Amino acid sequence: MERAETSSTSKVKERKKKQRNNKRLLRDIIQGYGFMLPTILVLLTFILGPVLYAVFLSFFDVTLLGGTVLDFTGVDNYLRLMDDARAQRALLNTGLYVGIVVPVQTFLALFLAATLNAGLKGEKIFRIIYFLPTLTSSAVLTLIFMWMYNQNGLINNMLETVNLPTYNWIGDPNIALYSIMIMNIWATAPLFMVIYLAALQGVPKNLYEAAELDGANVIQRFWYITVPQLRPITSFVVIMGLIGTFQLFDQSYIFSGGSGGPSNSTLTVVLLIYQYAFKSLGTMGYATAIAFMLALIILVASILQRVLSKEEQFN
Amino acid sequence: MNKKKEWSKKLLYVVLITYAVITLVPFVWALSSSFKTFAEISSGVMSFIPNEFTFENYRQIFIEEELFFRWLLNSVAIAGGGTALNLIFNSMAGYALARISFPGKKIWFMLILAVIMIPVQVTMIPNYLILKELGWLNSYQGMIVPAMINATFIFMMRQFFINFPKELEEAASLDGLGRFGMFIRVVLPLAKPALAAQAIFVFMGFWNDFMRPLIIMTDAEMYTLTVGLNSFKGQYVTYWNYIMAASMVFTLPVLVIYMFFNKFFMKGMSFTADK
Repeated sequence: MERAETSSTSKVKERKKKQRNNKRLLRDIIQGYGFMLPTILVLLTFILGPVLYAVFLSFFDVTLLGGTVLDFTGVDNYLRLMDDARAQRALLNTGLYVGIVVPVQTFLALFLAATLNAGLKGEKIFRIIYFLPTLTSSAVLTLIFMWMYNQNGLINNMLETVNLPTYNWIGDPNIALYSIMIMNIWATAPLFMVIYLAALQGVPKNLYEAAELDGANVIQRFWYITVPQLRPITSFVVIMGLIGTFQLFDQSYIFSGGSGGPSNSTLTVVLLIYQYAFKSLGTMGYATAIAFMLALIILVASILQRVLSKEEQFN
Repeated sequence: MNKKKEWSKKLLYVVLITYAVITLVPFVWALSSSFKTFAEISSGVMSFIPNEFTFENYRQIFIEEELFFRWLLNSVAIAGGGTALNLIFNSMAGYALARISFPGKKIWFMLILAVIMIPVQVTMIPNYLILKELGWLNSYQGMIVPAMINATFIFMMRQFFINFPKELEEAASLDGLGRFGMFIRVVLPLAKPALAAQAIFVFMGFWNDFMRPLIIMTDAEMYTLTVGLNSFKGQYVTYWNYIMAASMVFTLPVLVIYMFFNKFFMKGMSFTADK
């Protein structure tokens, strides 16, 4: 009798527990999805949905005339890249831009951070000054630099006073892309400098002291302590740099008034995507295909960077 | 040895000051140009101090250019509204991912991480078509809604809430606060440093954005300042004094915000670098 009673009460208890668990689960689902609702809606409508839509579009010729007219063309959009001279030029420009800007800005950022971290007075003021370009929009910076790059603008005037050759910074097809490079290295290096500065706080001081006792000079300490200690951060900075530089758009758009000129010298991949998508008719699908190729290139470059920096670490 | 140290210190200062000058020259030049007359701008005389100090350029862009003030307003509305929504929604999602156990949580988290890797160029074209279908081109919501969450900052908020002391929430739930009430009244106020860092980055993202408004806003009335400035350049080809005055007006708000939040800003930087 007694036993039966206890088992039945335990059953009741168990059922109650289950009910409570179910109730809790239901509550967690409602709360969890309630909190996530705005994120899920935007994620589906404006990010994940569009990615699928983009895959679809890249196999069509898209014409926007009132409504949207689609015309299936298979992989033509992807093959078209092979004999599109402008696309190849854009890829070449972008590759050159990435190849020069990423190493220079990374090194400059590291160099500035190490200098600032030497424990001098007035570090704060320098930090604030150096950070100004990061705060300023690319549109404003581009306009300021175009004003300075003017034929008889500030930079040419300065070069003249010290007897150096002057250039047609904006109008010469051999120079224009380099003008943008100089501007962007100047604009981006300080952001990465701040990231390096934060990381430098974590490098143990006694490493430097020991090296100093062993007679290592400033440059040796920089190469043999600072650089290897900051390798993980460098990896992060390089990847961020790759992602940013591959997507160059604002500066070359404003510089060339949207054309990518003079003679396609500032045409970048993203500017080309923009032109094909919104400035010429019927090439929206082709533009999407190029966008996918760009995404793929960025992904491969990032992975490659990861792998290379890991290998270096093991050596 | 000491002498050598003195010497290297001086060298470091030379490096730092040189780079500070390189950084400042473009800004000082732009600022001084914004106070010069057109005659001086086009005379080719290089002086950092205006020959004849004038406010005429600022008067011109604010009073003669009816649209300039409108662009400023558009930028403030979009950046302000977009930032407010980001702060709320990113924190909510980050909190749910850190604290509430619901089925499907892992999948959503993986998706959010994956989304960080997708370049905007891929979604830009379909998004344009979607906004066109919705009739949201040339509207504030067309600029704000697709960008009212940010995967990077959802991830950042999740990391923040995971290290957040649970006891506080337990105490609050004993006081009879519901989950959402507790989130608003207890959790968010304690997340201020993370929110401040996020606010600056998101605001700057909206404020400085060029490509999205260029695509979405085709009526001159709906331009944001970045796109407006670019159209200024076409309109006033050689009137660099006006363009520089407009650039200065555009840069000022971000500088003011930076001054206010400087401390949080640096913290936020180390936060994002902590990977």
